Amino acid sequence: MYSFEPTEDQQIVITAAKKLAEKFRTGMREADDAREPAADWPAAGMELCLLPASIPEQYGGFGEPSTITWALASEELAFGDLAAALVVAAPNLTALPILYGGTEEQKTELLAAYCDESYVPGSAALMETGIDFNPYALKTVAVLKDGCYVLNGVKCNVPYAAESEWVLVYAALDGATQGFLVKQGTPGFTVKEREENVGLCAFPMYSVELKDCAIPASQRLGGEQGCDFPFLLNASRVALAAMAVGVARASLEYSIDYAKQRKVFGEALAQRQSLAFKFAEFATDIDAARMLVWQAAWELDNGKDATESAYLAKNFAGDVALSAADRAVQVLGGYGYTRDFPAELWLRNARGFAIMEGIAII
Amino acid sequence: MISFENSQYIKEQQKYTEQVSLEKIRPQARFFDDHEHEEPWDFINFIWNEGRKTLKILAPGEETSEEPFMLQIHINEMISWGDIGFYMCLPYPSLGGAAIASTGTEGQKNRLVERFKGDKPTWTAMALTESHCGSDSSAIRARAVQDGDSWVLNGEKLFVTMARKSLIDSQGFLVVWATTDPSAGHRGIKPFLVEADAPGVTPGVKITKLEDKLGLRSSDTAVVLLEDCRVPLENLLGGADGKGFKGAMKTFDSARPSIAACGCGVARAALEFLKDELAKDGVKIRYGVPRNLLTSIERDIVDMDAQLRAAWLLTVKAAWLVDQDKPNTKESSMAKAKSGEVTSKITQKAVELLGALGYSKKTLLEKWMRDGRIVDIFEGTGEINRLVIARIILGYSGKDLR
Ligand SMILES: Cc1cc2nc3c(=O)[nH]c(=O)nc-3n(C[C@H](O)[C@H](O)[C@H](O)COP(=O)(O)OP(=O)(O)OC[C@H]3O[C@@H](n4cnc5c(N)ncnc54)[C@H](O)[C@@H]3O)c2cc1C
Repeated sequence: MYSFEPTEDQQIVITAAKKLAEKFRTGMREADDAREPAADWPAAGMELCLLPASIPEQYGGFGEPSTITWALASEELAFGDLAAALVVAAPNLTALPILYGGTEEQKTELLAAYCDESYVPGSAALMETGIDFNPYALKTVAVLKDGCYVLNGVKCNVPYAAESEWVLVYAALDGATQGFLVKQGTPGFTVKEREENVGLCAFPMYSVELKDCAIPASQRLGGEQGCDFPFLLNASRVALAAMAVGVARASLEYSIDYAKQRKVFGEALAQRQSLAFKFAEFATDIDAARMLVWQAAWELDNGKDATESAYLAKNFAGDVALSAADRAVQVLGGYGYTRDFPAELWLRNARGFAIMEGIAII
Repeated sequence: MISFENSQYIKEQQKYTEQVSLEKIRPQARFFDDHEHEEPWDFINFIWNEGRKTLKILAPGEETSEEPFMLQIHINEMISWGDIGFYMCLPYPSLGGAAIASTGTEGQKNRLVERFKGDKPTWTAMALTESHCGSDSSAIRARAVQDGDSWVLNGEKLFVTMARKSLIDSQGFLVVWATTDPSAGHRGIKPFLVEADAPGVTPGVKITKLEDKLGLRSSDTAVVLLEDCRVPLENLLGGADGKGFKGAMKTFDSARPSIAACGCGVARAALEFLKDELAKDGVKIRYGVPRNLLTSIERDIVDMDAQLRAAWLLTVKAAWLVDQDKPNTKESSMAKAKSGEVTSKITQKAVELLGALGYSKKTLLEKWMRDGRIVDIFEGTGEINRLVIARIILGYSGKDLR
């Protein structure tokens, strides 16, 4: 039977995430200006304790992974601020692929670190420059040589590449995308410049170069068997889609509040159908986007192939976020164009959804 | 707990309905499009005599499922995937029945069930729209005047779906909305049951015109003239105080997702047909590949997929709320507004993408484009549904946002 009622535990997570979102909203502008996460974001993220709750006891955590629960939280966190939501979810970038597709050894050895009370950033290197970037057909390659995988290529938008102890590098192995766990300091692994993007400024991402970077074969995600990369990509797309719903909602709610108090030609802006109807359309599309996200997340949690669902959810939610943010800029008029108001920041951030892949996973 | 697992019972009902659509509907769809005002009696009789044994939800009073409305929208979608005009021929208490379900007294509900126990297909209809007003239904002029032990109804109603089936083809009934006090605005508007005494015999009621339409041509849309039409006092729906205008609005909370589901069925038919034709031509849709690497056709299709899924999931959500007995006015309007828009867009785009074949009458696609256009018009136009949603999310009254 269909049901659209989160569990009681999930309600608690939602409430906690909403509270964090308020904090994120307050620090959002300063963090964007500084191009650094606010100092209290990582610890705030740990309060939610979602990652340890996703990791089974035998690996140091106290629960089971649930993409739906993460999706519910991610929407709320990104409603506060997208960069902050990405910071909170960043440890997942290494931890969840290991949990979902790692060997027993990889899980036992590496997961416990993410169950600590302190924030341990994770990192995944999927994206590459070039308009033909395709996660299923990467230019970065891995070749098996003398019991080691040798990685070569250039990556971009790698979250926390400089700060993480482990970076999960995705590369083509005989044409299929696979994951490789590279330890900070491995020869041939070089973190290059901090990315300067138009949006997502507070979220630290870097370029990374891999030049004959050799790692033991045992550091391939999933060992000899490898990993189910499409699954990981789907989980990553659902993460970004859930966050897109949050950004869209932030833009819409702000626009509505503004349009109700701003008077033009003797009545509130919101009383004009050209605005009110747009609000109705966004509210509709945001509800729909959330349903697409939940469906894809539910499929992932229930062992179904979520490729189509996750893809459609990311496309749809990303489009809604962009147009809702764009509308917010317009509704605010000249003020929308200034950095005194959040709409321009949402527009810059929302533009990223269609482009970004693999910078979050739930 | 959030779940997207449809129940086994609904899946089985859906499968049966698909078979009905393939065998009893699709093969006849073109004929009835070419012959507006003829009626698909084979299909109607099949549903009445056979189909209802399996699709029990079409027979009022029969136990069906713990989520009856969820079941209903799945059937609506699947029948409309066959042909939305045929959906409008289904002998079951759709529009008028919904009004009784939401505003009727127990006695009135029982009378409804009785009418559907006979051995001949029966229909009900709902007459709200008038020549000078459709969207602004609070402006209707049809009059109801109490005279002794009856109400006397006068006025003209337009675009009444299934009026001919309800009053001439069967001993069904109309729910007629009329005002008891024109100076009272929407507070004066009340629903009345106008029952056929026998097929073709309803004193004071005349069907003066059957519309010629762009699509939905297997469904009859009639002009109904009420001239001193007398109904007993107890035919005021909802009993003596009537639930009036609010009742009509409540009817929409389930009628809108019903129609939204029909739209999704038409859109799915068009999208599936489009994909099949493209597959024959060797065009593969590469789901999962970043959109900027797709061909224009692939991109159009993945966008259509997402839009249709959006409309359908909004409909499912609105239906779930109905079964949960939770308020769903906003969600119903969202489902309807989205479906209305998506159905038109998808069917129109599919015709474009298939070029000359799409534009030709050799396939049903062009028909689905004409048929699908109705979804954004009746049961509240797209604009009216946007008004409903906007008022709710803005916290505005009808005066604040008109
Ligand atoms: C095939 C068919 C079957 C039908 N079946 C039934 C039936 O069974 N029973 C029944 O009672 N009616 C039925 N209708 C009537 C239908 O519900 C009305 O046509 C519809 O509600 C629109 O009303 P209208 O045609 O008077 O258009 P109008 O109300 O005149 O609207 C014209 C246009 O203006 C827009 N508009 C109106 N008000 C506003 C506003 N405040 N703000 C912005 N835009 C606005 C509308 O959206 C529309 O685009 C049917 C119609 C058709 C075509």
